[in-house]
Amino acid sequence: MLLQIQTTEYIFWFLSFFAVMCACMVVFTNKPVHSVLYLVLTFFAIAGHYVLLNAQFLAVVHIVVYAGAIMVLFLFVIMMLNLNHDTEPVKNNLLRAMAVLAFGTLLVTLVGALKGASIPMRTDGHTEIGMIKRLGDTLFKDYLLPFELSSVLLLAAMVGTVLLGKKEIKS
Amino acid sequence: MILAITQLIPVDYYMYLAAVLFSIGVFGVMYRRNSIILFMCVELMLNAVNLLLAAFSTYFADPKGQVFVFFIMAVAAAEVAVGLAILVMIYRNVKSNNYEAIIRNLVC
Repeated sequence: MLLQIQTTEYIFWFLSFFAVMCACMVVFTNKPVHSVLYLVLTFFAIAGHYVLLNAQFLAVVHIVVYAGAIMVLFLFVIMMLNLNHDTEPVKNNLLRAMAVLAFGTLLVTLVGALKGASIPMRTDGHTEIGMIKRLGDTLFKDYLLPFELSSVLLLAAMVGTVLLGKKEIKS
Repeated sequence: MILAITQLIPVDYYMYLAAVLFSIGVFGVMYRRNSIILFMCVELMLNAVNLLLAAFSTYFADPKGQVFVFFIMAVAAAEVAVGLAILVMIYRNVKSNNYEAIIRNLVC
């Protein structure tokens, strides 16, 4: 039992540090392609967190949607437009210092606000929450209308993307 | 006996982790000038919120949180598709993806 506690905690800390390090590298690398690859690593770490939280279906969907679809879209745009170079020749140091300051302030505020929160927890062993059966029940009974509306949203996004992406015909 | 994660790790840790990831996303939006990396940082913020929703869903034994994560994923996919299409269109006209240059070009 002690071994299991230690293993779970080690996995949690490893995934957390991995996610935070990769998120920092997304911001600090120069080439956009490297940023995309570090972001994929961050998503894999977050998927590991989902598995740790007993949300296996969510983890699979997360990898498929984010690493499989969204990041490939980013890579396509970067490669098609040949954007893999540093487009920030002017380093505005004042703005960067202000960004660091705002980051610190936001982090301190968030952590300070969350520190005082007392959360009533239910720990009565419902570990099958993330299983596909419970999720499907909730999704198709309580949230059927938002589910259908999200399909309309995706259709509208698809039409909008095609319209925006077409080259304008000079008339 | 198999211990659930809810008994091993307090939910506070997940709140702090999500706060750190969200702050890094905000930091990236302010620190970089490349509009594609700006989009990636927005994705990072969305993922921090998703992680917190999933953690609360597990800790409160309520599947509704995870259903909301699915909806956020759908909205994020739509947002990225439309946003990248707008970026491609702007890049064709302005020949830059530095958003200060884009704004300068749009204003002048």
